[in-house]
Amino acid sequence: MKRFIGFIQKEFYHIFRDTRSLFILFGMPIAQIMLFGFAITNEINNVDIAILDHAKDATTEEIINKISSSKYFSIKQMITREADIETAFQKGKIKAVLNFEKDFAKNLVVEESAKVQIITDATDPNTANAITNYITSILQNYQQSLNKDIQLDYQIIPQTRMVYNAELKSVFMFVPGVMTIILMLVSAMMTSISITREKELGTMEILLVSPLKPFQVIIGKVVPYIFLSIINAAIIVLLSIFIFKMPVEGSLFLLGAESVLFIITSLALGILISTIAKTQQSAMMISLMGLMLPVILLSGFIFPISSMPTVLQIISNIIPAKWFIIIIKGIMLKGVELTYIWKETLILIGMTVFFIVLSIKKYKIRLE
Amino acid sequence: MKTENVIEVQDLTKAFGDFKAVNAISFEVKKGEIFGFLGANGAGKTTAIKMLIGISHPTSGRAKVVGYDVFTQPESIKKNIGYMSQRFALYDDLTVNENINFFGGIYGLSRVQIREKRKQLIEELGLEDVADKLVGALPLGWKQKLSFSVSLFHDPKIVFLDEPTGGVDPITRRQFWEMIYKAADQGTTIFVTTHYMDEAEYCDRVSIMVEGRIEALDTPKKLKQQFGVDSMNDVFLKLARNIE
Amino acid sequence: MGISLRNIDKSYKNHLAVRDISFEVKPGELFGLIGPDGAGKTTIFRMLTTLLLPDKGQATVAGFDVVKDYKSIRKSVGYMPGRFSLYQDLTVEENLTFFATIFGTTIEENYDLIKDIYEQIEPFKDRRAGKLSGGMKQKLALSCALIHKPKVLFLDEPTTGVDPVSRKEFWDMLKRVQKRGITILVSTPYMDEAALCDRIALIQDGEILDIDTPEAIVNKFPKTIYNVSADNMYKLILTLQNYEHTQSVFPFGEFVHYTDKRDHFEIKTLISHLEYSGLQEVTMSETKANIEDAFMELAKK
Repeated sequence: MKRFIGFIQKEFYHIFRDTRSLFILFGMPIAQIMLFGFAITNEINNVDIAILDHAKDATTEEIINKISSSKYFSIKQMITREADIETAFQKGKIKAVLNFEKDFAKNLVVEESAKVQIITDATDPNTANAITNYITSILQNYQQSLNKDIQLDYQIIPQTRMVYNAELKSVFMFVPGVMTIILMLVSAMMTSISITREKELGTMEILLVSPLKPFQVIIGKVVPYIFLSIINAAIIVLLSIFIFKMPVEGSLFLLGAESVLFIITSLALGILISTIAKTQQSAMMISLMGLMLPVILLSGFIFPISSMPTVLQIISNIIPAKWFIIIIKGIMLKGVELTYIWKETLILIGMTVFFIVLSIKKYKIRLE
Repeated sequence: MKTENVIEVQDLTKAFGDFKAVNAISFEVKKGEIFGFLGANGAGKTTAIKMLIGISHPTSGRAKVVGYDVFTQPESIKKNIGYMSQRFALYDDLTVNENINFFGGIYGLSRVQIREKRKQLIEELGLEDVADKLVGALPLGWKQKLSFSVSLFHDPKIVFLDEPTGGVDPITRRQFWEMIYKAADQGTTIFVTTHYMDEAEYCDRVSIMVEGRIEALDTPKKLKQQFGVDSMNDVFLKLARNIE
Repeated sequence: MGISLRNIDKSYKNHLAVRDISFEVKPGELFGLIGPDGAGKTTIFRMLTTLLLPDKGQATVAGFDVVKDYKSIRKSVGYMPGRFSLYQDLTVEENLTFFATIFGTTIEENYDLIKDIYEQIEPFKDRRAGKLSGGMKQKLALSCALIHKPKVLFLDEPTTGVDPVSRKEFWDMLKRVQKRGITILVSTPYMDEAALCDRIALIQDGEILDIDTPEAIVNKFPKTIYNVSADNMYKLILTLQNYEHTQSVFPFGEFVHYTDKRDHFEIKTLISHLEYSGLQEVTMSETKANIEDAFMELAKK
């Protein structure tokens, strides 16, 4: 047992004396959360649009006022000709153009319908969609206010409610995703690098020719990273709660337990990678390419799995991150209890056991 | 007989903060000389050599290599010298021919020149059978001889050899030194470091660095007389003990 | 507590690294494995320390079989692989403590064994191992390999790349360690170190050339060797290479070692020939062969 403690002590020395790995361990998570939280957003805020008003009457003026006074839009340009629309978009500053037809007000009253065209820059489809939706709803609001004295016989009035994330804040989507990535990265990548470093330096040879059993070496390598990852997870959650005001509806204890489970899954993956990789560089590459990328793309972090082709949906099932994101979102945003996420938890446990068994089998007690 | 100096060094110093890795060394190397540059690990040899070959900027002092100033003209120095080190000499995953072509190109030789000299080199070394084999597959001794020849490819006035015979078998080591002798005989100056003390005896003159300073500089014969010993190995030991 | 190898073969990727290796190291012996890079020394070490499995043959260390009882071997040997594998970012003391701990002992327990080695680096005990000079790293690595009082010590090229002063000090330390009854197998490419061993095995290209005491090997040298010197070494070598009676000519420091094809001849005639060719200050005298001469002679076959 003393041997084991001595080994773990050495691992801690390595970690704290290597400024680079310290930076990755602590600096990166904080930087990422800040970046995702503040800079990257899916929401619409102060989007620049242009108006092409052929009518220039009281009605269009009212609509334009409503739009410009909303916090979502800011009217940048008034265009006078159809030909100028293209130029406005090409210059890149305008994201949408509203085109009111001639005699807008007159048509509305006389023919009971008037046309307005919404043209959006769809080079970013998500934003374009959001813009169109927002403008449409502003128009519908206005329309309703015009019609408030009229009752239609059959009305379907949708009442929308965004459950769990009423303001559609993208932060709430990103935090679970970023937490997953960071835990996975830190645990898997750092562990695999730490083990392959011993191989590269030649000290692994000495460790092998000693009474230390292989599992002691592996567990010894992993224990410091468990502690550090837990601290990381705690920092991320605290940042989310206090800076981004993200609520944690569910039990913090459950959150902690599931996080520890996921950390162990990632560590087991890291060990598996280290049995394949011969150098630190290839360990890093495998971790980044083989883990990060699929996690970002296929875990449901940014792109919803359900919109993906079936093949990818099936593949996404073998990515541990996918299940963890479901679990975290469940606990943080929906406040569910274990009874709702037991299936995902079980899958994670199964994956962990699988990776560990595989690593033990592949761990070489000799050099070839 | 030409006594042109290929290297001139005066009070050359390299300091890292307060620590002087190379402390005001001075010496000259004549054309065609085989000059042995010895010293323990950490004595400052490698730092000194890096300055002479133009890849490290000195802190103070003066030095000229093949007529170019190490402070102001390091790029010209690099173009006019050859260099071979134990740690890296050739690319293991390129063939013999490809390596020669590559290094010839780096030193600015024309295609015609490269082709001519390549043929010559391969014939001289007897590498016809392995010219299209990967260098990594060659035995160490052949690799060392090949990289020495490649370092001379562009006919530099001086070639710097950093422990060129480390780990090589005794026969190949001597064949290597025959190649060095031949090159020196033809006018190329040789600047060599080594840990084999018997190789120190092959040099025309030898300098020994201890803790950043040159503590001995003379022909092997005179050094042995000076310290009253029979071999360069004993000169080295005596020098180290005197300092301690 | 000795070592034995019998008919050991080992290949890497279709390349035969060592072939039919057999030798014994008696308990308490200081045995040298002498040969250049690529000879197979490290491969042999790795098989004996149970890091590689031989393709053919048997080997035992301290009475344990390298295949079946590898765990016992790993508990009782000290191993210093090439490049002094130490933890660069741990201090001298931390390195030593670590190795003591994983072998289930403490620095104090066997301190007397490493005392005279460690004393030399003790003033630097808080310095990171990466910042030590080559000679000091050597001493630290040796201390770490000895700290658990191993029965057998394996040192793979411990003096490579280190200056002559440190090399000499290292061998002095080894002799003192040997006096404690520890069996030592050491490899080196430096032929002059061979003379310091009890017995040596000369190895090249995976095959053993000879095994014996250094004196016996040197005495076996079949021909008489002459030291020849002149004012111009290169010219001397060329002249002798072109001489009809030359069997071998090799530079050796300030002299050339020369052997003649004939069994008897007059030194004077050779000296005249050399002077006639333009060499001056020619001297020639009989000398004793050394290990390197023997190695080159055996390697030629």
